[in-house]
Amino acid sequence: MAPILSVEGISKRFGVTLAVDNVSLSVGPNECLALLGPSGCGKTTLLRLMAGFETPDAGAIMIDGVDMTRKPPYARPVNMMFQSYALFPHMTVEDNVAFGLKQDGLPAADRLARVKEALAAVEMEAFAPRKPHQLSGGQRQRVALARCIAKRPKALLLDEPMAALDKHLRERTQLELLVLRRRLGISFVVVTHDQDEAMTMADRIVVMESGKILQADTPRALYERPGSQAVARFFGDINLWPSGLAVRPERIALSRAPGGVEGTVTDMIYRGTTTTYLVQTHDLVVRVLSAHAGDAPQFQKGEKVFLSWPDDAARTLCP
Amino acid sequence: MTARVILGFGLAFLYLPLLVVMGYSFNASRLVTVWTGFSTQWYFELFADRQIMRAAGISFIVAFVSASVATVLGMAAGYALARFGPFRGRAIFAGLLAMPLVMPEVITGLALLLLFVAAQSAMPWLPGRGVGTLIIAHASLTMAYVAVIVQARVAGMARDYEEAAADLGAKPAAVFLYVTLPLIAPALVAGWLLAFVLSLDDLVIASFTSGPQSTTLPMVVFSSVRLGVSPKINALATILILVTFAMLVVAGLLSRRRSK
Repeated sequence: MAPILSVEGISKRFGVTLAVDNVSLSVGPNECLALLGPSGCGKTTLLRLMAGFETPDAGAIMIDGVDMTRKPPYARPVNMMFQSYALFPHMTVEDNVAFGLKQDGLPAADRLARVKEALAAVEMEAFAPRKPHQLSGGQRQRVALARCIAKRPKALLLDEPMAALDKHLRERTQLELLVLRRRLGISFVVVTHDQDEAMTMADRIVVMESGKILQADTPRALYERPGSQAVARFFGDINLWPSGLAVRPERIALSRAPGGVEGTVTDMIYRGTTTTYLVQTHDLVVRVLSAHAGDAPQFQKGEKVFLSWPDDAARTLCP
Repeated sequence: MTARVILGFGLAFLYLPLLVVMGYSFNASRLVTVWTGFSTQWYFELFADRQIMRAAGISFIVAFVSASVATVLGMAAGYALARFGPFRGRAIFAGLLAMPLVMPEVITGLALLLLFVAAQSAMPWLPGRGVGTLIIAHASLTMAYVAVIVQARVAGMARDYEEAAADLGAKPAAVFLYVTLPLIAPALVAGWLLAFVLSLDDLVIASFTSGPQSTTLPMVVFSSVRLGVSPKINALATILILVTFAMLVVAGLLSRRRSK
């Protein structure tokens, strides 16, 4: 299927730093794409390039097959939800949501219907006459979302959507966003530095570092088949031998029977459902995650053990 | 304790003279420095004085119009400084804008006088010095104050609001009108009030730029004091102090108020 939004060989320079370096990617219809990376990796700049707040030095941005590279933000059929939500403090919730529709010159009756619909989608109808400062953080986020979806954009750009929420609200909101997105059928581009959030929300994750794409794939593929040590370290825990051999802690089996790599248990961390063993081998302290299922053997500190793993669990990664 | 005493002394030093003036405005005696009893007769005489009333009218008109002009120009300048990035000549622009704040008023006044005289001789059909030149002179002085206030407000305001408005489909003019303007409104009102008060109180620049038919209130006060202080002037001073004080309090509250 033709992509809704595609970025082709885009670069953006700020002074001497190359914030985005020859990046190409595309977002399919009804897809959720996450841009993941540490702060300063260029993910937010990339999002702002898509929204039109920055002009690229090279490359092109296509939205629904139309070249939008030089178009100002107000002419682009995508909407952005800001990290700060940027709700207009002098307007009520209702006026905030209606703002974009007013700019489109929608007649008042249609506008009212669309505002109601958008507020209903985020369950905020009851708060229509309130001002933003009378809302909680979670409620503000919903209004910001409603303000975007009222415009029925071709794609929704979300800049760190959970950054302003506390942890338990964050997890709930991630799932709610997923459900809402499926229902509305809008493509999402989510910028985040949190790999859990990216894995929860995204169909595909683009891992970025220093303005470049390290790897772009499904969450599962990124976890199971990381292309580099940097990507592997970004998702979960991994044992990296000096040779570049990489094995996830949960794929390693411990055994008392000889075979595989020999080592000594130096420490263990008991976590209820799992135990992490630290095993000293001749060249590395290996972390082994063992689940407490059925009659899984328990090991003691100082015990001599043998490590083994299936062939498909081991990968050789360049740095 | 010592700090309190020093503070009290400082406040007394600054405000006691004003309180003395205000007190003596209710003096029954014609002699300014001899208290003989309470009276409000000087206020009645003040309002019956046509020359003072005419000057008051001119002062208020000049203050109102020049503050309004200064607010529009100062807003544009302050917004440009805060939002247009490092444009060519920004440093020079910022420096020139701040010049009236540090320039001795006598020099500003003299420069403006020379300008007006030159303009008059180059274009004889222009009206002579009067309310118009006063408004131009005061607006050029006070717009610097407005620009500083607006710049601080805009610089302290996240770009997110304006970007969100643009993202939602608002063209630049609509962004300014519906989002920027309401958000900087408190700064504009504060700037206008400050400009109004500065214009109302100005003696030096007004002396240079006014014409024979446009004597302002401070000019009347100054010239009549030279002939001997009349208790009427105390009454006028009391009113001016209260007006100025009230406006500065409002301006201060507005510029301090955070947008919620």
